This record gives sequence, structure tokens and C-alpha cells, in this order.
Amino acid sequence: MTMIPERPLPAPIVDVFTAPFWQAASEGVLLIRRCKACGEAHWYPRPFCPHCASDDTQWVPASGRGTIYSFTVARKAGPVPYVLAYVTLDEGVTMLTNLVDGEVEALHIGQRVQVTFRAGEGGAAIAVFTPCTTP
Amino acid sequence: MTIKRKACIAGAWEHPLRKAPDKSTAQLHYECARGALADAGLDFKDVDGYFCAGDAPGFGMLSMVDYLGLRVRHVDSTETGGSSYLSHVSHAAHAIATGHCDVALVTLAGRPRAEASSGVAAAARPNVPEVPFEAPYAPVTLNAYALAAMRHMHEFGTTAEQLAWVKVAASHHARHNPHAMLREVVTVEDVLASPLVSDPLHKLDCCVVSDGGGALVVVRPEIARSLQRPLVSVLGAGEAVKGQAGGRVDLTYSGAAWSGPKAFEEAGVSPHDIRYASIYDSFTITVVMQLEDLGFCAKGEGGRFVADGNLIAGVGRLPVNTDGGGLCNNHPSNRGGITKVIEAVRQLRGEAHPLVQVPGCELALVNGIGGLLGTRHGSATLILGRD
Ligand SMILES: [Zn+2]
Repeated sequence: MTMIPERPLPAPIVDVFTAPFWQAASEGVLLIRRCKACGEAHWYPRPFCPHCASDDTQWVPASGRGTIYSFTVARKAGPVPYVLAYVTLDEGVTMLTNLVDGEVEALHIGQRVQVTFRAGEGGAAIAVFTPCTTP
Repeated sequence: MTIKRKACIAGAWEHPLRKAPDKSTAQLHYECARGALADAGLDFKDVDGYFCAGDAPGFGMLSMVDYLGLRVRHVDSTETGGSSYLSHVSHAAHAIATGHCDVALVTLAGRPRAEASSGVAAAARPNVPEVPFEAPYAPVTLNAYALAAMRHMHEFGTTAEQLAWVKVAASHHARHNPHAMLREVVTVEDVLASPLVSDPLHKLDCCVVSDGGGALVVVRPEIARSLQRPLVSVLGAGEAVKGQAGGRVDLTYSGAAWSGPKAFEEAGVSPHDIRYASIYDSFTITVVMQLEDLGFCAKGEGGRFVADGNLIAGVGRLPVNTDGGGLCNNHPSNRGGITKVIEAVRQLRGEAHPLVQVPGCELALVNGIGGLLGTRHGSATLILGRD
């Protein structure tokens, strides 16, 4: 079994809109965006709802749990291999991410994963996912 | 209004170089333009419409029109990655049909091999809305396509062996193309034995990195009839952009599921009528998904459709990319759209290599996927006919 290698993550890009997202990440919380007009969550976060175009949207905490929609072991994209994945959060949105802390050979679509955070360059927390230890 | 038979592709030319350390990108654009105009029997002074995309250097359109010495009354720099040039043909036909130009020139060129660059990383450019939420995870081109391949295998039971057949077919065609970068015939076993680069894709599931380029000349039908070339008409076109749909990601289909039906409807034909198809083969999975989405087989059947040499001219039921495609021939500027159109024109003219020429080829389809299949991409479909 091969543990997923880890690579250094870059510093996040923070602006006025995304500042609360990165602040929550530093406290171990993954925020998503939900629309008060149509009730739908969306990803990646925007100041308006891509489903109904309303700007009545807000940050809400995600459970941090989800399932692997797809993944790939990126073996040649950098000095260290990494696992790029789409994870469908229990809230229904699917986000691009990296998987960490698992065994490469055991990764599979449909696998339950949970959010964890890694320090990017400069120390800011970046959400990644790891196989669930509880169902 | 329809573009059906409102424009013809009178000139098509592919740069023979696969590595161009001694030429600038702009110079390659010029050489491609010159080649396509000569192929049509036209001259730079005849051009009154010009089309280029993100590979054009400098201020793109403005730099190139000035550099080439063109005097144009219609321009278009639609940028959808490698599918841009299919859109350009469609847009040129619209412009011709509405009287905005008579002779449209489309060029592509680039030298990623000489410059030792490949793929499009989601670089940390400012002001790109998805970048803060994606760039940390490094979704570079190859890996984003691999995500689609992995999901396709999961949903439909597609196998690595089936994907490999797309490369095998390309290699059978490329052996007849003296300009192709990879001319050796490969087997399914060869593809599977090549290193995994981004699971489930192997090294040989990926297109080549090459310099070079190509150009097309799209003209009013009356002008085409005055030239000494076979008549290749634009019969139908469709375009689509597919992304992540606000988080409702579905990697099981490509934008070809939207662009294809529009093109077929406009042309008034169905997939059964198509004798030859140029399908942008950035990776083997790209071909499998487009064939399904265009209706050449049912969704999920693409792996079985491409197996057993079914894409090989003279062997299978749908010859695809008879020049060797991006997988074996070339992939100038990391963009495969224009070479797809060029090989379709060769087939319709009867000017493909005799060993891969489809006998009596009267109807061809071209499809392109530009951008990243797994994140956000453009799809463009063209249906071309020999008149
Ligand atoms: Zn909404």
C-alpha cells in the first residue's frame, strides 16, 4: 500500500468576497454558498446564485462530509504525485479538491470522505479531503 | 437563418514542421496563411475577414491583422481553446451569409515544443472567479481529462483496453503520414504498458506536443466555384459551453451532446450518414465521449464502439482522424481543432493518403473539445459536404 504523497500547497487568493471563506477555513470550517431565493447551494462560491441569478445568497457551513465523485492520481504534473478529485458534499454540490492521508490503492469512486485542512504557503488553511474513519 | 451551403472551405493547409525552434509564432501564422491561400488559389489581398484565437501572439487579432498586412472588414477572435477554429468556420459562414465578408482566413500556430511548455495550468491569474477555489488543487489539463475518464469507467464499465484502441487506430493512420510525429503502429498492449501519467490515463493515451499550425480559407460559394478546387460546403454547425453547473458536476457527457444535435439538424443529416469523422483527440477518452455524445453510439457504449479497430480506415465502420490525429500526428499550440478540419477537407476532396482515403467521401463531421473536459470546456461541431 502506498500512502498518498503530500505536496506543498500555494497561498490562497483572498479578496473582499472570499475573506469570510478563508477565515472560516482557518477555524476548521468549510463554507459553501446557499441561495435564500431558491434554496439551492452552489459551488464554487459566488456573490449570486448561478441557478436562479438572485443575489440573495449567504455563506453557510458545510457538514464537511461527502463522497468521491471522481479522482485521479496525478503522477506527472509536478515533483510530487497528488490526488485530484471531485467530492460531492452531502449538501449536494461537487467541488474540486485534493485527497490526502489515504492509501492510493484503496481510493474508489463512492468512497466516503471528510474535510480536513492543510496549511498553504504563508500558513492559510486550505480544505482537502481524507477517507472517513467513521461511516 | 441557416448557414447551410452559404460558404465553402476553399483552402486548407497544415504546417509540415513539428518542431520550429527557428521560427516565431507569428511567422508560423503567416506561413499557414500563405499555404491555405495558395491551396485555394487566392492571395492575401483577397482576404476581407480574419479569424484567430488565443494562440495568436501579442494583442491577438490586432497584432495579427497588422502583422499579416490584411485589410479586413470582419474579424472574430472567439476563444474556446482547441475548438475555437471550428467555431471560426461557423462564424465565417455566418459572416459570409450576411454579407460581412467574402474571403475569411482562419489561422492557428504555436511552438509549445520549442518553448518546452505543454498543457494549461490553472495559473494563479488574478480576477478569474474559479481560480481561488481550484488553483490550490492543481487541476492541469491532463488530470482534468483523467477525472472524466475515471468516472466514465465507473459509470459504464469502460476499460483501459478500450481507450487504448483509439490510440491504436491513430497509429495505424499515422504510419501513412510522413509528417506525423509518431509513425510506429502500436498495440493495445503497448498503450497499457506505457507509464500511468494520471490514472486511468497512460502516456500513450495522451496527444503529442508539437509545434506548427494550420490555416483555412472560407469563401462565398460563388468564389469557391470560380476556383480550381473540389467544392467543400459548410452544411451545419453547433456550439456549446459546458462547465460545472454551479456544483452539479456531471462528467459523463461532453458539450458535444449539445453542439452535435444542432449541427445535424442544420445539415439535415444523421450520424448514420457520416462517412468520415475528425474527432478532437486530446486524449483517448475525449474521442470516446464525443462519439457517444454525437450519437455514433449510445451513451456508455463508446468504449465498445472504438474497440477492435472500429476507427481504422478500411477496417472499421467509422474512420476517425485519418491523418493520425493529435495522438500521433501533431497538436500545434496544444490545440487540435484546425487540423481536424483540414483532414476532413482532405477526405471530402479525395486528397487524403490513398491508404486511408474513404472511397466517395461526401459527408464528414468534425468535432472539437476545447479547454478542460473535466472542468469547463467548449464544444463545436461542423458538418461538411462535398458538392
Ligand atoms: Zn437561487
